Amino acid sequence: MSISLNNISKSYKKLKAVQDISFDVNPGELFGLIGPDGAGKTTIFRILTTLLIPGEGTATVAGFDVVEDYKEIRNSVGYMPGRFSLYQDLTVEENLTFFATIFGTTIEENHDLIEDIYVQIEPFKNRRAGKLSGGMKQKLALCCALIHKPKVLFLDEPTTGVDPVSRKEFWEMLKRLQKKNITILVSTPYMDEAALCDRIALIQNGEILEIDTPEAIVNKFPKTIYNVGADNMYKLIQSLQKYKYLYSVFPFGEFVHYTDKRDSFEVADLRSYLEKEGLVNISIEVAQPNIEDAFMELAR
Amino acid sequence: MQLKINDEISSPLWELEWKMKRFIGFIKKEFYHIFRDRRSLFILFGMPIAQILLFGFAITNEINNVNIAILDHSKDASTGEIINKISASKYFTVKQILTRETDIETAFKKGKIKAVLNFEKDFSRNLIAEKRATIQIITDATDPNTANSITNYINAILQNYQQEKNRTIAVEYQIVPQTRMVYNPELKSVFMFVPGVMTIILMLVSAMMTSISITREKELGTMEILLVSPLKPFQVIIGKVVPYIFLSIINASVIVLLSIFIFKMPVQGSLFLLGLESVLFIITSLALGILISTIAETQQAAMMISLMGLMLPVILLSGFIFPVASMPVPLQIISNIIPAKWFIIIIKGIMLKGVGMAYVWKETLILIGMTIFFIGLSIKKYKIRLE
Amino acid sequence: MKEENVIEADQLTKTFGEFTAVNAISFEVKKGEIFGFLGANGAGKTTAMKMLIGISKPSAGKAAVAGFDVYSQPESIKKNIGYMSQRFALYDDLTVKENITFFGGIYGLSRKKIREKREQLISELGLENISNKLVGSLPLGWKQKLAFSVSLLHGPKIVFLDEPTGGVDPITRRHFWEMIYKAADQGTTIFVTTHYMDEAEYCDRVSIMVEGKIEALDTPKKLKEQFKVDSMNDVFLKLARIPSPTLPKGKGENTDCN
Repeated sequence: MSISLNNISKSYKKLKAVQDISFDVNPGELFGLIGPDGAGKTTIFRILTTLLIPGEGTATVAGFDVVEDYKEIRNSVGYMPGRFSLYQDLTVEENLTFFATIFGTTIEENHDLIEDIYVQIEPFKNRRAGKLSGGMKQKLALCCALIHKPKVLFLDEPTTGVDPVSRKEFWEMLKRLQKKNITILVSTPYMDEAALCDRIALIQNGEILEIDTPEAIVNKFPKTIYNVGADNMYKLIQSLQKYKYLYSVFPFGEFVHYTDKRDSFEVADLRSYLEKEGLVNISIEVAQPNIEDAFMELAR
Repeated sequence: MQLKINDEISSPLWELEWKMKRFIGFIKKEFYHIFRDRRSLFILFGMPIAQILLFGFAITNEINNVNIAILDHSKDASTGEIINKISASKYFTVKQILTRETDIETAFKKGKIKAVLNFEKDFSRNLIAEKRATIQIITDATDPNTANSITNYINAILQNYQQEKNRTIAVEYQIVPQTRMVYNPELKSVFMFVPGVMTIILMLVSAMMTSISITREKELGTMEILLVSPLKPFQVIIGKVVPYIFLSIINASVIVLLSIFIFKMPVQGSLFLLGLESVLFIITSLALGILISTIAETQQAAMMISLMGLMLPVILLSGFIFPVASMPVPLQIISNIIPAKWFIIIIKGIMLKGVGMAYVWKETLILIGMTIFFIGLSIKKYKIRLE
Repeated sequence: MKEENVIEADQLTKTFGEFTAVNAISFEVKKGEIFGFLGANGAGKTTAMKMLIGISKPSAGKAAVAGFDVYSQPESIKKNIGYMSQRFALYDDLTVKENITFFGGIYGLSRKKIREKREQLISELGLENISNKLVGSLPLGWKQKLAFSVSLLHGPKIVFLDEPTGGVDPITRRHFWEMIYKAADQGTTIFVTTHYMDEAEYCDRVSIMVEGKIEALDTPKKLKEQFKVDSMNDVFLKLARIPSPTLPKGKGENTDCN
């Protein structure tokens, strides 16, 4: 196991940050910790990177205990904290050189690992990190975390605050790194990024809701989801919430995702109910559940 | 699982080289931070120069060749000696000899005279027979600061005269200057401010700048990365501190050189000893800075703690501005725990009195003790984790 | 200006020295519409929004918000809009009640009105038990919902939302959007700037800014049809794939320096 957590709990004063967390990450796996802000993702990262001592339970990283062998772990992992922690007043190159030096290596020595990422920021190597856009900072921070060829890479919300283009590029980079035999634990509040991981843990309020592959989690969804649309979104939601067979209704972009209490029902019934409610341009179609549906169902 | 990096460490020479490189890399980074932040650069180099010049010129300009007048009702040996002593000092020029009390007002009104010395009748006789004689110092209080300084200077000269006399004569004389100004026994020299300013600057640069630079890494989140790296906490600390030792030494030298060459301040004692003591105090301040950074989570907090917790006591309780001897007893006791107090005693001794280690070893030991205590405490308080 | 349009921008431009942050953008937003204002970091969203809310003077072009001119009547604009951002919304060290009272006071509501609104708002959000707790101690989702309600306190014609639901859990996010739908249904115009494409899907119409220009403006459905893709994310990727990586080129555009 590259990463292994056994019944980890951690509290800050009265507040329980994480409770009874257990999961394993296999070598070479891209594992996602998916959950909203305040779910406990950062606490888990800090325990695994030896920055916090767990209140209860044990955890190992690359075979080392997070409490006993913290020095070995600090030598062997790469860590990118939640905010892209760079020296804003140092240039791109100076940041990279600095992190290489403290890990006792050089940029050249590990060039092959960071090459495809570094070429994208190399044209700006004399620019100060503080003057970079979010996407560029993110790439530089990743380079800095990779500079010493870590066996395990911890990325805490690497895509938060970054535009979709950079996010997409970032995930492509992670996929390539994975092929170079690096185990990656990544956290994100964006449910749509879950599908890009090998396996995910859905987490909320310090507890794990589910651990599995994204496909399996979606396939376990117990209900049939209907995409329901109408001309007035607010009235549509109001009407559905009053509907006696309603199991759940959530806005999902231009539609709402509707599930029914009954195992099977006539779509026409629902349509006539909505028409009676005065809605027009009604559309009702069966839809594929996604991770977000699964998360909401599990969090109910 | 053994890592590649650990295998390579087997060679001690390689390890040493790596450690040196890492250390130099770290220090280089710190210098980048310092030189790219104009604000801290200004604090580093602008402040010492500005302060020393301000203090220096403010004081020397005010009290140089001040015109005074004398109204001597005795005209005897003692008054003559005192007048000579006053006019011999470079601070005062005796511009006018008055004969009547009514002349005093006219003299002031002409505006050329800043002070009048009024000796009582039978000054010498009173001094010998009654063991006390009275002299009236009348100052032009339209400029209260100058008036205050003038009184202090004249008092100092009188005190000096009295001491000289008392050394040769068995019976103690007492000259009673009639003035409402508070007598400040420490303010014997214009150069008094140099040790004080130097202390403040070294404290400011060393303690505040280090604590700010460490807490900045906490704020940025880079401290997390440094912690999750092979760097040991003490290496981070040393790396943070070394640049400021250099800068503080430069600062101390600038202050001493400015005092010597611009204000012609004589440094009586050994410059080497002065240097050593300064380095000691710099290390004390750095240790305090590290201690502050273990408590403070933000740069703002570090700055506040440095200013309130260090600067204020240094200014108020170290004897820089208010003499320790004239403080209420509780404050005098508190002043003992302020490192700056001991440093000021040491450098005053070296700079102004020209004393050697034989006279300041006690203060030096106290300072060393404090330094060890602060370093020990900050190592104990320094967290290898985030909590 | 027609009664229908709450925001009208015509060739609105902002330059910083050599750099054109916002390049002659024109669009209208109708009353009660939920308008998504999208773009990558540094595309000019924040600059454009600053001009619309009256805190930054345009370099050229015309714009009217709630019927007021952005050049000559910025103070009237400020009275008629609400604003909420992810970075700053409420004071963490004030209680729920104190925050509501404070922001009500800023917009000049009478004490009686504030009290009324405060009770109404607290009961609507179900915050009765925690109305005396510090806002800092509330979960993010509650904070955001409260912040949105507070931005509506003075009955503004338009509410500007700056990445309102980033990091919020999916269920709370849905509640948030239900609140937005409700406000829109009651006639409040919603102007959302974001670079989270899932938020874009909820809007009636969206505009996508690329390098200071509006490159697309339509309903999410039509945009997806136009670009033949399934999601707004893909629409964005097709439009915004300008020579990567993108960089901010001017002042005030580094909106992502956190």
